[in-house]
Amino acid sequence: MWQQLYGELKDKNFMVVAVAEESRGADHARPWIEQAKSDYWQLIDTEHRLEDLYNLVNVPQAVWIDENGAIVRPPETAGSTDHFRRMDLKTRTMSPEDQAARLAARQAYLDAVRAWVNTGKHVLPVDKARAGMPKVTPEIAEARARFRLGVWLRAHGRAAAGDRQMAEASRLHPDAWSLWRQAADLDEVGKASGPEFWRRVQTLGEKPYYPAPKL
Amino acid sequence: MTTILTPTAEHTVAARDGLWMSPADAERATGWTLKPEGMCRAELCVPLPASALKPNEVDVAAFWQKLGGPVIASDQRDVWALGAPADERNAALEGLQAPDFTLPDVDGKPRKLSELRGKKVFLATWASW
Repeated sequence: MWQQLYGELKDKNFMVVAVAEESRGADHARPWIEQAKSDYWQLIDTEHRLEDLYNLVNVPQAVWIDENGAIVRPPETAGSTDHFRRMDLKTRTMSPEDQAARLAARQAYLDAVRAWVNTGKHVLPVDKARAGMPKVTPEIAEARARFRLGVWLRAHGRAAAGDRQMAEASRLHPDAWSLWRQAADLDEVGKASGPEFWRRVQTLGEKPYYPAPKL
Repeated sequence: MTTILTPTAEHTVAARDGLWMSPADAERATGWTLKPEGMCRAELCVPLPASALKPNEVDVAAFWQKLGGPVIASDQRDVWALGAPADERNAALEGLQAPDFTLPDVDGKPRKLSELRGKKVFLATWASW
């Protein structure tokens, strides 16, 4: 997904770290990784540790980190948009206008990454970066622990008990699409984008599924 | 035996009545050491209530709750997740130093974020689902 960007910028002290939030494990992610023919880091995060550490809620999200290990942009949607919500569910297609707008937004995001690497543009001042960090609440902290336990129970043949923990995690942290969708996928591949997913998306109303980055 | 899941590791300890265990097991599972002042890590000590201490035993569930972290047990109470306290996560993120982590690549080779110091890093998530 990021190979072209990385290929362009890799000689400029730049690295892409792509983390697969995949509780089914490396072999489940492998076909996509092989297809990407990437030479940046492709890591596997079966327990969604990165999401716990960085307070992430969906994929794809990205964090920009500078040469000193400082976060210069908080977690943001990485190139995806909400146009998919208007797609024709029977044919799974978007209008030509939406397809074009989606592509343009993705291109604008990639251009922003290029500008950052080349010129330092888009680095947020410390106070803005800090203000942009999503706050971890006690409910979110509990949701992470329950999700962790749920993944473990599922991996040890205790699916029903694991699902109960994951359902409670989603109830405690309803904004975390990756918790709900991962649990759905563990239940059955495809369920994460099935009818229940679409029902959940509809209940968002005016709220975004992929909040646009404030570039 | 009881399994304890922390945000980054899994430990098997001999615990009873929940998470009562020896100070040695408590240290192995949590990284905190029992001292006269309480449970300590580096310079920091968290005092424990008398109800969380018995001769050569410490109640790790009570300690973890004192820290402000979630303590979640499986229905069978044989597996426990000790989650990171919200305050700890927020302090780390507000400090803007990218939290370090080690994760395996697709072939199992461990990779550590901080190995990339000196480069700009675009850290992005994805999933098959």
